[in-house]
Amino acid sequence: MSHSGLNARGDVVWPSDGISEVPFRVYTDQAQYDREQERLFKGETWNYLCLEVELANPGDYITTTVGEVAVLVVRARDGAVNAFVNRCVHRGNLLCLEQRGNVKEFSCIYHGWIYDLSGALTGVAFEHGVQRKGGMPPEFKKEDHRLPRLRTAVLGGLVFGTFSDATPDLETWLGPDVTRGLTRVMNRTPYVLGRNTQILPNNWKLYFENVKDTYHASILHLFLTTFKINKLTMPGGIYINRDGGNHYTYAMLDYAAEDREYKDAGLRSESEFRLEDRSVIESVDEYGDGVSVQILTIMPGMVLQQVRNTIAIRVIRPRGVDRTELEWIHLGFDGDDEAMTERRLRQGNLIGPAGYIAMEDGCIGGFVQRSLRYNDDGQGIVMMGGHGAESQNFKASESAIRGFWKHYRALMGE
Amino acid sequence: MDDLSLRLGIHDLISAYCERIDEDRLEEWPDLFTESCRYLVISRSNHDAGMRQGVMYAASRGMMMDRVFAIRRANLFERHAYRHVTGPIRIKAIEDGVATVHTHFIVARIMAGGETAIFATGRYLDRIDVANGPLRFIERIVVLDSDKIDTLLAIPL
Repeated sequence: MSHSGLNARGDVVWPSDGISEVPFRVYTDQAQYDREQERLFKGETWNYLCLEVELANPGDYITTTVGEVAVLVVRARDGAVNAFVNRCVHRGNLLCLEQRGNVKEFSCIYHGWIYDLSGALTGVAFEHGVQRKGGMPPEFKKEDHRLPRLRTAVLGGLVFGTFSDATPDLETWLGPDVTRGLTRVMNRTPYVLGRNTQILPNNWKLYFENVKDTYHASILHLFLTTFKINKLTMPGGIYINRDGGNHYTYAMLDYAAEDREYKDAGLRSESEFRLEDRSVIESVDEYGDGVSVQILTIMPGMVLQQVRNTIAIRVIRPRGVDRTELEWIHLGFDGDDEAMTERRLRQGNLIGPAGYIAMEDGCIGGFVQRSLRYNDDGQGIVMMGGHGAESQNFKASESAIRGFWKHYRALMGE
Repeated sequence: MDDLSLRLGIHDLISAYCERIDEDRLEEWPDLFTESCRYLVISRSNHDAGMRQGVMYAASRGMMMDRVFAIRRANLFERHAYRHVTGPIRIKAIEDGVATVHTHFIVARIMAGGETAIFATGRYLDRIDVANGPLRFIERIVVLDSDKIDTLLAIPL
């Protein structure tokens, strides 16, 4: 082992078999990043692809990425949700350029090769030449070629895909706790209120760790404490699946007491730190279980959040060692009335690129990345709450971050 | 108010808006809006698709004041400033004491370290109260050409 965090072959070196010390090189090393694409994003993981409602009719498609890889998802005529690599088998052109649409079949603009909705190659322009001259040689068979396929699974109206045949089925892989957390939030038919993408100047893992970090919330995000919000928050807990990379954390809130307190506070003017307009936090217990915050992560790059009445999917898309795109997909549900929609939109100020309790997460990873420039020897300390990655009933803990590294090391073979 | 002084008044309001943000007079920014108002920063793709979720939203002057207070006292980010440049101001209609005005803009972001880059381009879609004293925005929708925001949006656009 060298002090630089690299061994002689240039691999990232871990200081021990543990998960409570993380070498800084994992955030800066190009070879590590390249391996992550193969072993995590194209490995034994389920990646968020889209909402099932985006594929309502046969031929409806969306394009997306899994890690850096371009992927195409389509509703077939038999109702199946199919996902493929978005690359023509002929010369590797991007088969589909639009973000969404409806097609009878996919046709490559470059040389007109055609695929059906199952990804099978069904047409090759001038396959038999022009006036019997040219054309493909006799050994070329269209049926030997198809778009490489991802397995798909749908849970709670969310479509997931995996490149690996070895990935266990989705619910087994998520584990019972995370499955329960996901279906709790996605218990109605969703629709998209809007999307925003944030460009983060840092390695993708720094953001994913931040989401799993229940330790920083009340320290970095001063909004809630400044305005004395969440005083009535009750302790919550952390559930981590067996592999470690899937988790959710939750906190309860006494909604009725909060409501009463605000009404009383309206009668006296106490603190100088009072919201002029409380509608940014005025919430209803829409799940009827008193949980006001539930943050759920799925390895390697998806977040499902309920923060009061804001529901959002966040997709973490690596775009280089020190660049990440974070897409926010804000959701409402069928059956929302205008008051609920307006409530979600006003509370939307809490989250996203300008979020009162989220904007710091947009810059903090960039500050870490900046400090690591040619200064990435040694390792970070992830020991709050112990060395393990077990579920816990308190939140001053880094156990969900350790869970990430546990799963990461297993998938990366490190 | 005759037509020319009304047009000059609209120009003045839009210039004052840029000045209060760019010169770090954010506390005076909500004063340019009516008490019950709507301020929304939203991407063009969301707006064109009829989706309502934006990046920053205020449904009252109070919500704008809270945003300023949070910028000053609660939120943490690297210090930076904007420089707004607006294109020609297009007055689309003046009806029932309300002017509908569209203006193109470019905003450069200047980081504390000096790095300067184009941060946002887009259009202001304004509805301006021109019938009740000083001109004020009833509604300003900031439609961003790009879906992507670099790092974060702290200061209003």
